[in-house]
Amino acid sequence: MAKIHKTGVLLAGLLTAGMSSAALAGGPVDEKLVIDEELEIITRTAAPEGHPLDEVISGWHYRTKETRELEADSFQNPGMLYVERGEEIWNTVEGDAGKSCASCHGDGEEFLKGIGANYPKWNADANKPFNLELQVNQCREANMQAEPYKFDAADQKALVTYIKHQSIGMPVEIDLTQGEMQEWWKKGEETYYTRTGQLNLACATCHEDYNGNYIRADHLSQGNVNGFPTYRLKQSAMVSLHNRFRGCIRDTRAEFPAAFSDELMALEVYVTWRGTGLSVETPAVRQ
Amino acid sequence: MSLTRREALGLTAGAAAFITFGGQLAYAAAAETEEAIKAFSGGSMPASGKISLDAPEIAENGNTVPVSVSVDSPMTADNYVESVLILAEGNPSPAVATFHFTAMSGEAAAKTRIRLAKTQNVIAVAKMSDGTTFMDKKEVKVTIGGCGG
Amino acid sequence: MAAPKPRVKVPKKASKGEVVTLKTLISHPMESGQRKDKQGNPIPRKIINKFTCEYNGQVVFSCDMDPAVSANPYLEFTAKVEDSGTFKFTWVDDDGSVYTTEKKLAVE
Repeated sequence: MAKIHKTGVLLAGLLTAGMSSAALAGGPVDEKLVIDEELEIITRTAAPEGHPLDEVISGWHYRTKETRELEADSFQNPGMLYVERGEEIWNTVEGDAGKSCASCHGDGEEFLKGIGANYPKWNADANKPFNLELQVNQCREANMQAEPYKFDAADQKALVTYIKHQSIGMPVEIDLTQGEMQEWWKKGEETYYTRTGQLNLACATCHEDYNGNYIRADHLSQGNVNGFPTYRLKQSAMVSLHNRFRGCIRDTRAEFPAAFSDELMALEVYVTWRGTGLSVETPAVRQ
Repeated sequence: MSLTRREALGLTAGAAAFITFGGQLAYAAAAETEEAIKAFSGGSMPASGKISLDAPEIAENGNTVPVSVSVDSPMTADNYVESVLILAEGNPSPAVATFHFTAMSGEAAAKTRIRLAKTQNVIAVAKMSDGTTFMDKKEVKVTIGGCGG
Repeated sequence: MAAPKPRVKVPKKASKGEVVTLKTLISHPMESGQRKDKQGNPIPRKIINKFTCEYNGQVVFSCDMDPAVSANPYLEFTAKVEDSGTFKFTWVDDDGSVYTTEKKLAVE
């Protein structure tokens, strides 16, 4: 496998040098993402220590010009509709306690700045890492006395999109020193490199060994998650990270774990770490 | 104009060949597209020129394909573009949208996002205030996703 | 999903006779009528079929939409403005619902 990996890199390198268009090889384009001509997004950065690759690259670089342009214009980006819906939810009272998110946390734009860039994080009470969805549900049950959201409920996706969007442009950085985060990271790494399904593919097969190459007519990215929830053209809607995890595993023709299961939470910790230093792009636009 | 006509005839012939292998859909789409163009233009096939249609050569996903049109016109009260018809000849039904302009539009230019069921031609037909019609066409290749979707 | 929400982008000011670009987006599934649910029953068509933009009561631009327009329909077009006034944007749904929003523009 190591051998194939090197050949792939070499081939991509030759094509880049020879044709000055990495896009033709399925690799990342040499462009900069600046949203509304003012917000510079870090879409390429040096990988954190211990990362198998030298550079981490946002999936934005692997998309066509039209898709990249959608993300660069916050008005044209359809994901912004869900940000607006999320803001409404933030300010809407729900549950027996008669509270909204804003009742305790105040103005979302102020309170939430930077928070989404640091999730998932260790939750000592639950003794496991929490992502934003789990954090929101805990808050709804404990503080609002409202029903927790079912996985991928429209309001869950919109609220999480809104929360994460408040950190747009800020670099992803999760704290692995808290609680048992190291163990969860390790478990996620195992999952990442374990081949699964009838197609016998690990996450690493496509997103580490073959990123920059084609899978059928599609470009394989590094599979970074800094843009989730992401607006996917295929669904014409927001797609949550655990929905994408499950879709990817399903496509290897394997049984896929439940959303927010320990296995997928560990994978979220590990994959989020792999994109350390990339800006939050939520809502990113992908194919 | 002759090119457009030849292309239209070629399409019909291709579709007719396809029909013998057991599909009536392709024929219906090509014929329906031509019908829709003629209904819009008042019977004749539109000339080329004046209108330009912009669409990506390759669409990453057929669900959201940006298309824009612009028509060369002074856009004054007595000389303007009335409307532009957008058709997709490989969709189950070719109709996509019709833009209606007025002199207050200032320019005859518009942009939207459309659904394309497969690789196909997108067609734009402009109708001027004097009744003349012009047409442009672009092939858009719709790619299939990586993992079965 | 909550009720369709329109978004429009209009410059705040313009000079007399200027052609300004307007952008509109509305949250809507644009259900084509060609899809089937999990039981195999057709999902009925429900789309926004008409959009109109007026300026000070006069139509600037309108659009008839078919099911081939993408979900969350986006429209970009232009308007030539001579006087200050108000843009009115209207979307008409298959079920008869009408969604509107307005934006002011100052012409200097």
